[in-house]
Parts: sequence; C-alpha cells; structure tokens
Amino acid sequence: MAPALCAICNDSRALIIRPKNHQKLCKACFIAIFEAEIHHTITTTSLFSPGDRIAIGASGGKDSTVLASVLKTLNERYNYGLDLVLLSIDEGIKGYRDDSLETVKRNAVQYDMPLKIVGYDELYGWTMDQVVEAIGKKSNCTYCGVFRRQALDRGAKMLGIKHVVTGHNADDVAETILMNLLRGDLPRLARSTSIVTGDESSEVRRSKPLKYAYEKEIVLYAHHKKLDYFTTECLYSPEAFRGSARSLIKNLERVRPSAILDVVRSGEDMAKLVPEQVTGISQCKSQKVSLSSADGEEEGAGGCGTNGRDSGGEMADMEKKLKEDEEASSREVEITAAVSSPTNGQRHDRISIKPESGKGKKQESGRKLTRQVLGTCKKCGYMSSQEVCKACVLLEGLNKNRPKMEIEVDAADEESSTLRRKMEGLALAAG
Amino acid sequence: MASENNISILVEFTGGLEMLFSDERKHKLSLPTKDNQGKPVTVGWLVDYLCEEVMKDSRKEMFVLDGHVRPGILVLINDADWELEGEASYALQPNDNILFVSTLHGG
Repeated sequence: MAPALCAICNDSRALIIRPKNHQKLCKACFIAIFEAEIHHTITTTSLFSPGDRIAIGASGGKDSTVLASVLKTLNERYNYGLDLVLLSIDEGIKGYRDDSLETVKRNAVQYDMPLKIVGYDELYGWTMDQVVEAIGKKSNCTYCGVFRRQALDRGAKMLGIKHVVTGHNADDVAETILMNLLRGDLPRLARSTSIVTGDESSEVRRSKPLKYAYEKEIVLYAHHKKLDYFTTECLYSPEAFRGSARSLIKNLERVRPSAILDVVRSGEDMAKLVPEQVTGISQCKSQKVSLSSADGEEEGAGGCGTNGRDSGGEMADMEKKLKEDEEASSREVEITAAVSSPTNGQRHDRISIKPESGKGKKQESGRKLTRQVLGTCKKCGYMSSQEVCKACVLLEGLNKNRPKMEIEVDAADEESSTLRRKMEGLALAAG
Repeated sequence: MASENNISILVEFTGGLEMLFSDERKHKLSLPTKDNQGKPVTVGWLVDYLCEEVMKDSRKEMFVLDGHVRPGILVLINDADWELEGEASYALQPNDNILFVSTLHGG
C-alpha cells in the first residue's frame, strides 16, 4: 500500500488522521494546524490581554504539559505579551503526585517558566493519603477535586495572578456535558460549556484553551513533539460515573470521531437556551462568562484525568454520604461504648455536619433552578456560591472524624496532633 | 534457517500501558512470520499474542475490549496512525516499531 501523502503540503508522508474531519497530515503540518487552532480559539474568544499574568494549572500530565508547551510557543510566535507561570498542586499522594511533580519541575526548566507548588498539607492540614486513610477509597475523588479547585485559586492569589488556565480538552468537556445531561442538571450543563468562568470582577478567572482539542490529538502532539509528560494513573479509585461517561465518549469516537466535538457544540447550543437566571451566565455579553463557578463545580482542574474531576452533583451525594457515614460511625461507636463508656461523649458532635451547609438546596438545584450568586465563604473567605464553601464543609467533616480514628488507635500522644489539626482548622477559618 | 521463520519487531507501551507489561516500555520481540493458518502475521495477531504471551497482568480488559484494542488507546505503526495502515490487518514487517499509547490517563 503506497503511503498516503499529507493533504496540506502534498509532500511528506501522512502520519496523522484527524478525528474531526479525517484529514491526513504529516507531522509538521499536524503540529502547525494544532497550534493554529488553539491560537484561533484564544483570539476569537479574546481569552487574554497583553500584559496578563497567567498561571497554568500544571499536573505533569499530557494535557497540561501540551497546554504549557503550546502557550509558550504561541506567546512567542504571536506576541501575546503574556507572563506565564506554572502552578502545581501537591495533593500529597505518595508514589503518584511526588513523581508527577518531578515532571513539572523538569517542565519549568524546559519551558523556562517559574513554578509554584502549593500543597493540600499546608492549605488544609490534610494530605490526600491522610484523607483516604480517614474516609477510605470510595469518595476520596470528591475531596480531592473540591480541594484542588480551591487550591488553584489560592495558589493564583499567592502569586498575585487573576487568571488560571487548565488543560481540559474536548473529550473532558464532552464527558462533563454528558454527565450533566444524564443527571438532568441543565444549569451546570450550561455553565460547563463556557470556555472561561469568572469575569473581570472575579478574583480568579479560569479558562480552558484546549476546549476544542481532541484528547487523541493532544497525545499525538505530545508524542510527535517528544514532550516530557507523566503517565501513571492516580493510585486511588476512579469515579464510576465519570468513568462510564468517558467510556461512552471513547466508544462513540470509535464509531464516529466527530461525535466528541458535536457533543461540545450541542452543549453550547443547549446552554444558549438556558435562562440567564438559571445559569448565572450573562447573555448580553458576546463572550459568555459564568458568575457562579467559584466552586468550580463544572469541572476539575487538570490534575488527574479520569479521576478527581467531579461535578457538583457528586458533591450532593457526597454530603449525603458523609452524613450517613457519620450516623453509621456513631452506631459503630455505640458498640465500643458498651465496653468503654468514655467514648459516649464523642457521639454528639459527630452527627452534626449537615443541613446548615446548604445541602438541602444543593440537592434540589437541578429542579428548583435557584440562581446562584457568587460570594465568599464565611469560614475561609474564598470565592463560593454557598454560604460555606465546599472545601470547608468537607474539611469540617474530616476534622470531626479525627477523634473517632483516635479511639480506634487508642494512642494518647495522637491528641497533640489532633489539637494541631484543630488549630489549623481554626487558622484556616480565620484566614 | 530460523531467521526466515522469524521477524523481529519493537513494541512500545506508553501513556500508562507499560503498567500492564511488567512496567517495561520497550519490548523487543521475535515473532513467527506466519500464523497457525499460514498467513502472514498482522497487528491484530500481535495484539492477541501480547495478551497471551507477554502480558502478565490479569487486567486484559485494560488493553483489549470485545476483541478490539480498547477505545482510547492509540496504535502507531512506525509513527503513523494505524488507521492509515489498515489497522489490525496490517502485515508486520521486519524491524517495525509498533507503539501503543493510552490516552485514558490523567492530564
């Protein structure tokens, strides 16, 4: 079989077949058109202004590595005038994140960009390893996702940067649209289609310049440009629902490659039909911006691919589960209590994380269509559409569960560390 | 004349797939030129061979689903998308480089 020639230059051997239009391209023309399309996305949506300082949410994975590489290339080629910084989150997962952070450190050298790493440990007083130890592997992705989104905001604030870009690609966006469709969550579906969330008035905006880029092409770009990226699955279990949506997308892609972008465009069209008071998206602006995504419910931050990128509906499930766990664990303690009565005193505070955190509202959000308004969390002061942000709600649950663990461990010297955690919790609340 | 009955190729796994293959990215393989029906060996044959002979991990479904390479795994034959080369029906040639890249892992 004679090798096919590139459809653009008609000269070199075609190595790539583009999923969206079956165009056969050589390596050089593919790289050129991939970059040109990202440039087109950036310019048509007026994503950046000259002089902007931009934090690239960098995990060391393929998407954020490609994003950093392409942005550096375009910034130099088209004189965007951007000041690019890598911002990484250290979730505290041994054998996973510590390895991927090594990749980010190499990227910082390769791309000549400053790198800032912020850790869950310093922000929340908990590493993900500790969270999993406390709550198990079932819903840890929700914690990780909620914490990471806020951590990116906090990291950006520490750097004095007002715009964070993440490596979300077309497959990710299509997946989130499908998930919200399957949940019947139109407001969130609408918001998840915007390329940028937050506006000039928000402390930190987020955007996804790779929104129209196929995951397949991102991997091929990284391969053909020989980019240095990290590829090990997170050690903790993936979310079943997102995993199913992902498989669905990948299966659709095999039968009809254009399906991924078609889902993205359908999502955008549906978003236009959702009333502004439902989504919080102002329709009078030509460029859609979402006001209410401070909690970043629509998406995660390019961190761990299939994992950890949950959407808000899971948060409601999580809060419900948290409460159930609390109740279950209080029953559990009762058995222990029969043996040693002092534990009795623990039971009350363990039941108390619930309704006031806006849970009732949250679960109904798809039905009642209440408008979400961006404010600040009364506990930590960071952006939130709830009175108390999700990170604080989860943290409160975690911190309340500490005593239980210590009963099981039965160690007196654990007490000092519990106290320390509590102090950190307080410090967080104050800060 | 053993050399006439064998071809050697290089198989590479990246994007996390190496996990399934003893954490080794590169596998130099010496393969028979014909399958048990006397037909030249193809990439499709290679995929079965990898599952049966090379993969020690039990999670075959992470690599092959319903008789096909799992959706989301790219196959490159000498750096070209296998869709340009006839996919599974491509007949292996001496010194071919077959790369399997998973796109399913984090970014």
